[in-house]
Amino acid sequence: MGLEAILQKDGYVTTTIDAIVSWARKSSVWPMPMGISCCAIEMISAADPKYDIARFGSEVMRFTPRQCDLMIVAGTVTYKMAQVVRRIYDQMPEPKWVIAMGACTSSGGMYRSYSVVQGIDQFLPVDVYTAGCPPRPENLLNALMTLQEKIGKTKARDFQNRPLVDLELAQN
Amino acid sequence: MDVKALIVEKVKEKFGSSLEEVSDFRDDLCLTIKRDQIVPLGNFLKNDPDLQFSMCKDVTAIDWATRKNRFTVVYHIHSFKLNFTLRIKANITDESNSIESVTSLWKSADWYERETYDMYGIKFVNHPDLRRMYMPEGFEHYPLRKDFPLLGIPGSLPFPKKAE
Amino acid sequence: MDRISQIYNDEKLLKRLHDDPGLTIEDALENEMVINMGPQHPATHGVLRLVLRLDGETVMGIVPELGYLHRGYEKMAENMSYIEFIPHTDRLDYLATMCNNVAYVLAVEKLAGIEAPKRAQYIRMIVSELSRIASHLVAIGTFAMDVGAVTMVMWTFREREKIQNIFDRLAGARFTTSYTRIGGVAADMDDEAIAMARKFLEEIEPAMVEMDKLMLGNRIFIDRLEGIGILSKEDAIDLGITGPNLRSSGVEYDVRRAKPYLFYNEVDFNIPVYTEGDCLARYHQRGDELRESAKILKQLLDKIPNGEVMANDPKKVLPHKTEIYSKMEELIHDFMIINFGINPPVGDTYFSVENPKGELGFYFVSNGTGNPWKLKIHSPSFCNLQAIPKLCKGAMVSDVVAIIGSLDPVMGEADK
Repeated sequence: MGLEAILQKDGYVTTTIDAIVSWARKSSVWPMPMGISCCAIEMISAADPKYDIARFGSEVMRFTPRQCDLMIVAGTVTYKMAQVVRRIYDQMPEPKWVIAMGACTSSGGMYRSYSVVQGIDQFLPVDVYTAGCPPRPENLLNALMTLQEKIGKTKARDFQNRPLVDLELAQN
Repeated sequence: MDVKALIVEKVKEKFGSSLEEVSDFRDDLCLTIKRDQIVPLGNFLKNDPDLQFSMCKDVTAIDWATRKNRFTVVYHIHSFKLNFTLRIKANITDESNSIESVTSLWKSADWYERETYDMYGIKFVNHPDLRRMYMPEGFEHYPLRKDFPLLGIPGSLPFPKKAE
Repeated sequence: MDRISQIYNDEKLLKRLHDDPGLTIEDALENEMVINMGPQHPATHGVLRLVLRLDGETVMGIVPELGYLHRGYEKMAENMSYIEFIPHTDRLDYLATMCNNVAYVLAVEKLAGIEAPKRAQYIRMIVSELSRIASHLVAIGTFAMDVGAVTMVMWTFREREKIQNIFDRLAGARFTTSYTRIGGVAADMDDEAIAMARKFLEEIEPAMVEMDKLMLGNRIFIDRLEGIGILSKEDAIDLGITGPNLRSSGVEYDVRRAKPYLFYNEVDFNIPVYTEGDCLARYHQRGDELRESAKILKQLLDKIPNGEVMANDPKKVLPHKTEIYSKMEELIHDFMIINFGINPPVGDTYFSVENPKGELGFYFVSNGTGNPWKLKIHSPSFCNLQAIPKLCKGAMVSDVVAIIGSLDPVMGEADK
């Protein structure tokens, strides 16, 4: 008993290509779980039976950047790790988004120290910041929904005339 | 016989002149030994049939900043036979910042000594692979020294290239 | 190309290769291959990086590289008071937050000479054991996931959620709890939390039976672990391995029994020991310890005494909030403790507890001021990782994943 049962005759829908593409895109965001520290555990919790991230179409966690369009940076990013995070981000195909999960990634959080990057937006474009140390799984789901809203509003022209991202790091 | 008294007596008998200080604070026994005697002392403690300190739990250092002998290297060794953890200290008395490595006695000291080298810049002579443990290669400073600022030295650790 | 087809046509050689997986093809591609594993790799439990030298699929050498999560804890500890550092201990071994809280405050109490009331000590034991169960559940689940059984991680996280709910009730946070205080615990354990813990204990036993049925009835799982990564007793001691990994190599050493802290001498429990020292033994070890923890918890929940949860020592222990808001002296004490610290005597102490990962020790050097002059964290994951080069040499690439999973490192603690 699906949608077909309601339709009496052959139905049709009028929409724009943009709308249907962004609808499809936002409903199956594949995350790249960049689990670095404590937040990674809450990120796994978000995928467990209680919180079940699959309800939002994002249960397909891929550990290879080539198959993902969302990077969830979960955990404290040190200067040593920053090189790795940036390199993985560069390998992801366009279009791509970033969630900064937790206080450490957003601003350095409680780690005012010599080795911690004070906010990953210094070297990555971040779309959604999530508060909490670590954020509860609900909060991560909220961030995902916010991002879906943002993806839903994208138009094809947003991707046109976009400057090519510097691939220097990806190639060396 | 009390474990502590046994250890102190045995060590005093063998290393009487090199033993600088014996302290017992909050039930922790600590022996301070001359720097050049650390490997013979470790060898004795490990192989003596009554003591058998077979595991090295920790190697670290203390930076006293204002004292003339700036660094003290601290070892924690454990004996399963006596069920006792002993602390050994060795003061570094000159500018060379170096001490003999104990990796020949306890393999576990390998990484602990690398970590101490990374954080304090103390060189462990005869260490098989003395590299930095945590900080990237090419980093020039020693973070746990008291003269290193908490927030680091700007520019000492590079950023990846900024996104467009 | 000729050489390779030559090898594949040589039936004798093929049979030898088939019979002996440790055998290496001499100059398979003329050269050994160096590959990089991590720091972003699902099986390295965080940000461990391994550089492997391979001959065919056999590991000839392996170099672990740490430091991708080095957050400078020891430097930060020197720049903050003893109380301020409590929230940071959560993030050390973030799978067993409560154990770290308890370990840290016990170390400070030893240095400063404070003793917490009996009820607080009992609550500390209860939360540590709950935390131990949570940590072992994650260890078992991720270990199984590493060798290909994804269902396990769902089941163990389902059970773990119940513990998180108890912590949520107790500390107000499900994950990073910061529950203990110097001289006691932040809040009392009410009857509902105790009831939740009892209910959890009833549910964990059938769940464990279910999980064991799933895993130990699975021949693939057994075949992948049995006889892999054998760590002998002598090597384990020499390499400084601690915790379940040490006990699964045949050394009966548990800090809870060897140097009882809190009230572990008043409860009855066994120390499971395995002598095989392989990955399967380490899996069994964690399952057995989990059951022992459940046994301890049952006794604790029955025996928990009534009374205060914070010691009465105004110069060193924070007063209760209601008293701060109503009494002048308490306000002054609170202000002094928060701003100037608890000023322990000059000296240095080492204190260690049994954490799920192994022996967690804190070495304090105090110069009499409110901040520690030095804090050294002896973290069990760091020592356990030292065994990787020893264990992986001569193993296959897929065994490397099983070995890391069986050692159960947490990089937050190893990198500090």
